[in-house]
Amino acid sequence: MNKNLLIAENIVKQFGDYTALNHVNLEIPEGSIFGLLGPNGAGKTTFMRIINQIIAHDSGSLIFDGNLLKREDIVKIGYLPEERGLYKKMKVGEQALYLSKLKGMPHNEALEKLKFWFKKLDILDWWNKKVEELSKGMAQKIQFVVTVIHEPKLLIFDEPFSGFDPINAAIIRNEILDLSKKGTTIILSTHRMESVEEICNNIALIDKGECILQGNIEKIKNDFRNNSFLVDIQTENLSLPESFEIISKVEKEYQILIKDNASANDLLKALLPNGEIISFKEKIPTMEEIFIKTIKNE
Amino acid sequence: MNKIWLIIKREYLVRVRKKSFIIMTILGPLLMAGIIILPTYLAMQGHDERIIALHERDDFFSSKLIDSDNLHFVKIPDQEVNSIKADFSSTPYYALLDIKDAENFTLYANQQVSLSVQSEIEGKLSDIIQREKLKLAGIDLQIMEGVTTDIEVETIIIGEEGETTGNAEVSFGIGFMCGILIYMFIFMYGTMVMRGVIEEKTSRIVEVIISSVKPFQLMMGKILGVAMVGLTQFMLWVILTLIISSFAEVLFFDTVTIATENAKIGKEQSVIISELLKSLAGINIPQLIFSFVFYFLGGYLLYSALFAAVGSAVDAEADTQQFILPITIPLIISFILMQPVMDNPDGTLAYWASLIPFTSPIIMMVRLPFGVSTSELVLSMVLLVIGFLATTFIAGKIYRTGILMYGKKASYKELWKWITYRG
Repeated sequence: MNKNLLIAENIVKQFGDYTALNHVNLEIPEGSIFGLLGPNGAGKTTFMRIINQIIAHDSGSLIFDGNLLKREDIVKIGYLPEERGLYKKMKVGEQALYLSKLKGMPHNEALEKLKFWFKKLDILDWWNKKVEELSKGMAQKIQFVVTVIHEPKLLIFDEPFSGFDPINAAIIRNEILDLSKKGTTIILSTHRMESVEEICNNIALIDKGECILQGNIEKIKNDFRNNSFLVDIQTENLSLPESFEIISKVEKEYQILIKDNASANDLLKALLPNGEIISFKEKIPTMEEIFIKTIKNE
Repeated sequence: MNKIWLIIKREYLVRVRKKSFIIMTILGPLLMAGIIILPTYLAMQGHDERIIALHERDDFFSSKLIDSDNLHFVKIPDQEVNSIKADFSSTPYYALLDIKDAENFTLYANQQVSLSVQSEIEGKLSDIIQREKLKLAGIDLQIMEGVTTDIEVETIIIGEEGETTGNAEVSFGIGFMCGILIYMFIFMYGTMVMRGVIEEKTSRIVEVIISSVKPFQLMMGKILGVAMVGLTQFMLWVILTLIISSFAEVLFFDTVTIATENAKIGKEQSVIISELLKSLAGINIPQLIFSFVFYFLGGYLLYSALFAAVGSAVDAEADTQQFILPITIPLIISFILMQPVMDNPDGTLAYWASLIPFTSPIIMMVRLPFGVSTSELVLSMVLLVIGFLATTFIAGKIYRTGILMYGKKASYKELWKWITYRG
C-alpha cells in the first residue's frame, strides 16, 4: 500500500454559480477500501461522476495508475451509482450481457463470466426472467454483478447496501472484501458509519465541496482520542480530584475526561477509594462521532 | 463506434420485437389497403335499385323521366297516393314524388331520403325543364348538344432536360402524400425517442450506461436505432400494402366484373393512364425518391434530437407538455403551409419555407414534384444538415445534464443554464 491508484489534485467543478467541488485533493492508495464520506449534497456524487468521466471537471487533474486519466481508462473502472436501475422490459441475462459488452467485453467472455457470477450469487434461475418480475434486492444483485464483471482496477460503490436485507447485505459485503483481497481498489460512499468502520481502511470526509479530513482510519481515530475513559464503578457518589472531569453518566457507566498532565494510572488511583471497579477502558471515538464533530466544527 | 453500434442494435431489436410494433406493422397496411379498396368496393356495391312512385296529373314528366341504375320510376294512379303515404313499409316504393306543376315538387318518404337520390331526382327534373324551356325559345336541341365541349389544356414544362408534360393534379398528389408521410413519421418516431429517454431516466439505468459510454453516444444510438425502426416499418408497410391490395383485388372483385367495369370506362381509363404515365415521366423519379429519404431522415434527425432533449429534462411523460409545444409548432406550421405552397409552389412563402430547416422536410417535398431548381434543392439540403447538426449539438448539451437530474422540475431558464455548462 505504498502507491496511490488515484490522485485528485485541485479538482474544481462549478454548476453555474454553484461550486460543487472546491480544490479537492485526494489520494486513494492502491488496494485500499476507501470510504468517501460526507453529508448530503457535499459533492461526493459529483466527484464520483468526474472519476467516471460522466461529467468533466473545470480545473485540476486526475492521475490514474500513474498517468492522467484518459477516456480509455473507463473500462478499468466499475461504477455502481446510487441512482441505479435496469431496463424493466428486458430479460435479465440479455441485459447483463448488453451492459457487459458496453464495458468493452467480447461476447463469449462476457457470457462465461456472467454465468460464473450468477452461479456464485445463486441467481442463475433468473437469467430468462424479465427485470420487472424481480424484487428490488434481486435487481440490486444483478447491478452488482454487472459493475464488477469486467474486473476493473478501481471499483466505485455508491450506497451499495441500500435495498438489501441483512443477509444479502452480508453477502455483498463479503464479495467486496473478496475483491479487495484480490487487489482491487475500492471507493465506498455510504452514510452507514458502521459499514465504514467494518470494512474501510482509509477515508476522506467531504463537506460543502471541500475535503476536510482524510487518511488511514486507525490514525484518524487515534488523532481524535481526547484522553477520556469509560468507567463502570460501583459507588453511590463518585468524587474525583479537579484534574478529572465527569462528562456523562449512562446507566452505571461514567465517561471521565483527564485534564492537565494526569495519566490513566492517576485516574485509576483516584477511582480506587470510591468503590469496586467493574471495567475501565479508553474511549475510542466512533466514525459517527468523528463525522459529526468534524462537520460541526466546520 | 463499436459501442454506439451496440446501442443502436439494442434500441432497434427491443422495439421491433414488441407486440405493438408487429400489430401496427400488420394493421397499417390493412388500413391503407382499406382506404384504397373501400371506395371502389362501395361504388360497385351501391347498385341497389330504388323504386320511386310518381304521381302527376298528366304524363309530361313521367314520359320524360328516364330510369337510371339506381332509380326506377313508376307512375301511380291518384287513388293510391293516400294509401302509400299512410303505409310506406308495405309498399315496394322508396319514396313518392308528387308533381303538382312545373314548380312544385314534393318527395314523401318514411325516412330521410338519401342525398344522392334527392340530387339525382333534382338533376333529372331540372334537365327536363331546361330542355323544355330551350325548345320553347326555339333553339334546336341538336345544335345545343353540338355546342357542349370538353377542353383539356396540356401543360409542357420547358426545363433543363427539355420539354416534359406536366400535370398539376399528379404533382399535387405526390407532394401531398410525401409531406403527410414525413409529418407523421417525425411525430411518431420523435415521440418514440422521447419516451425511450424518459424510460431510461425513470428506470434509473441511465447513469449505469453513461459510466460506460458518453451521454452523446447513448443519445445518438437511440436516435439512430429508432430511425432504423421507422425505416423498417415504412418499408414493410409499402411491401405489405402492395401485397394486400393486389390480393384483395382478386378476392373482392372477380375478373368478370373487373372486365365489364373496364369495358365501360375502358377508353376513358386508358387515356387517363397514358396521361398519368406521361406526367410521371415529367417528374424526376430518382430525384424524388432520393429527396424523400433525405428529408425523411434529415427531418427526423433534426426533430428527434429535440425530442430527446425534452425527454431528458423531465421525470415523467406528463411533464413534457410545456417543452413539446415549441417543437410541435414548426411542425404544425409546415402542415398548415402545405396548402398555400401547393397553390403557389414558386412563391416567396414556398421558397423560404423550403429553405428553413424546421419546415423544409415537409415543404420541400410538397414543392419538389412541381419542379425545383437543383441549386435551390442543394441549398435546402445543406441547410437541413447544418440545422440537424445544430439541434443535435444543443440537444446533446441539455441531454447530458438533464439525464442526471432527478425530481427537479426544469424550467426554460434551467435548460439555458445546462446548455452553457462547460465540459
